[in-house]
Amino acid sequence: MSLHDQTSPSLLPMIKRSVIATIIAFFLFLPTLGLKTTASGGVDGLFLTYRWLLLGIGCGFIFVIRMAYELFWAPKDGDQKPAKTQSALAKTLGSAKIAKSVGPLLLAFAIVFPFLPFSDRYILDLGILIITYVMLGWGLQIVVGLAGLLDLGYVAFYAVGAYSYALLSIHFGFGFWMCLPLAGLLAATWGIVLGFPVLRLRGDYLAIVTLAFGEIIRVILLNWRGFTGGSNGLSSIPRPSFFGLPFNQEPGGFAATFGLEYSSMQRIVFLYFLILALAVFTFFVTARLRRLPIGRAWEALREDEIACRSLGINTVNTKLSAFAIGAMFGGFAGSFFAAKQAFVSPESFNFMESATILAIVVLGGMSSQLGVVFSAIAMVGGVELLRQLQFLKVIFGNDFDPSQLRLLLFGLAMVLMMLWRPRGLVSTRMPTVFLKDKKTVSAAMISQGRG
Amino acid sequence: MANMSNPLLAVRGVETFYGRNQALFGIDIDIHQGEIVTMIGANGAGKSTLMMAICGVNRAVRGSVTFDGKAIHEMPTHEIIRLGISQSPEGRRIFPRMTVYENLQMGAVNSDPKYFAEDLARIYALFPILEKRHVQRAGTLSGGEQQMLAIGRALMARPKLLLLDEPSLGLAPLVAKQIFDTLRELNKTEGLTVFLVEQNAYHALRLASRGYVMVNGRITLSGTGAELLNHPEVGAAYLGGGSH
Repeated sequence: MSLHDQTSPSLLPMIKRSVIATIIAFFLFLPTLGLKTTASGGVDGLFLTYRWLLLGIGCGFIFVIRMAYELFWAPKDGDQKPAKTQSALAKTLGSAKIAKSVGPLLLAFAIVFPFLPFSDRYILDLGILIITYVMLGWGLQIVVGLAGLLDLGYVAFYAVGAYSYALLSIHFGFGFWMCLPLAGLLAATWGIVLGFPVLRLRGDYLAIVTLAFGEIIRVILLNWRGFTGGSNGLSSIPRPSFFGLPFNQEPGGFAATFGLEYSSMQRIVFLYFLILALAVFTFFVTARLRRLPIGRAWEALREDEIACRSLGINTVNTKLSAFAIGAMFGGFAGSFFAAKQAFVSPESFNFMESATILAIVVLGGMSSQLGVVFSAIAMVGGVELLRQLQFLKVIFGNDFDPSQLRLLLFGLAMVLMMLWRPRGLVSTRMPTVFLKDKKTVSAAMISQGRG
Repeated sequence: MANMSNPLLAVRGVETFYGRNQALFGIDIDIHQGEIVTMIGANGAGKSTLMMAICGVNRAVRGSVTFDGKAIHEMPTHEIIRLGISQSPEGRRIFPRMTVYENLQMGAVNSDPKYFAEDLARIYALFPILEKRHVQRAGTLSGGEQQMLAIGRALMARPKLLLLDEPSLGLAPLVAKQIFDTLRELNKTEGLTVFLVEQNAYHALRLASRGYVMVNGRITLSGTGAELLNHPEVGAAYLGGGSH
């Protein structure tokens, strides 16, 4: 069969499908792109302005994308489906071997990263942000990925950690290293406080309660003015020092002690290594926990709670420990966040943060620690990348702010994920114990399992 | 021979409820050391409910359950299990995304790790297919293999009493027979005490030393396996007039 025979008869339906997609897009875009309300200065209130050009560009964009999809990516009847699965399987097995060396390579890169020539303050700040999210992702992964408890209010523990550090250091003058374990402990306590009422809940119901919990913490922070400063937040939080040496220009400071010239970068580099150390700590603890009986009990709990009970696992303790340990890492990260910013306010702990962290875990493949790293880079780095797309102003007008497309990026990432990697970026799960030789269980086999 | 005066598990006058509906009415059961006891009954008769009452999942509102001389009907489930009752729950309930080996390891979660290798070897000897599939995800096993895994997992805890809830459910007759044969073997060689809840009455009664028949939450008949097999009521209601 020649190529011509295969393609030309189906060109018409392709165009038809593309036109249908464009029509659907037209109606979706009509209110979002086509109409704009502008407030007039006077009493008349709002004016409706029409943006037909923008609407046309949007629809044209969809048509082109859909046509490209139909022509190049859409599955054709002649495709050999089994062969494709085979190669995907082989690829995942291969990639699992590579994954073994990717982790150390990433760590090595992360260590030399601040000393690379292109690492200016902005890049380092971004690095710190990404690593913070990686750490949060690993913490939430215990709750969501391992124990299977969908937690939409994880940011609450991040907030508890941040406010713990802020309040303890402001009121009692505790240093960062003293506050860190305390913040972790307090967050873990809140994890248990949340855990108790939701012991009997699963799935959607659990998600709703945790979502509410996250909001409760935020609302309390917002309204308990005397204690938390309300919406003004808490400022002038002491910054962490290098073993007692502050990062300033004073004679007793870090730069003076080591005979270096003072630079504000020293503090950033220190913060970078601080969060890197915390993240590496989180990694090793969580990786170790997975291999301990408690880690397997979490996984078993995710798989089947009744079976767990019939094996004599104390499901109450298992659930609470998942909540507590997950929350503890959130608390650590929050404590670091407060130390880095020297300012905390409830605004930093809204639902969007919870959603971002959850998206990182889901996108990363639920139970893969490496996957979290990649998805954190994609999600956080992606948002930053949007901010760089200022040239789009040429097309969309001067009041266009690319960073507002953040949610669009979320949606796009999720749609692409569902299309190509429905089990997450890194979907192989290494068995936590091995008898003779290591074997990974590929994504293709996971999908056959229940759940 | 078993000690008839002092049963390993004694269920006395147990009554349970689902909300307001009473499911069990004054159930009395004895299981002695080294016995295989079976409970047969139709769907919804209350067999699994009794199993859950023994394990403390759905608690007995009235009555008592004594295991090995201890009253267990008020203990939390995980403590009951730790006393030496192992359960293979209805519908197998293996952990589908964990490997066969990890599933077996979960079975040994409360036992002394020094016996682990020995116990594992024992389970692999009983069910060689599990050893062949030890790195395979349990959800990819066939129904019979999953049942073997569920029983193997329960045995990993070194139970004094093994509770099996419908091990032949959804299995091909040949596979079910293989599983019953293994249970007989275990009982003969290791003196394992088994309490078996079954709808597959013919095989269960042939295997069991004693049996009970449950109808609508009440025990209506009891006797040795052979007695029940030949009992006209049992034959009519559960055996369908012939062997399966």
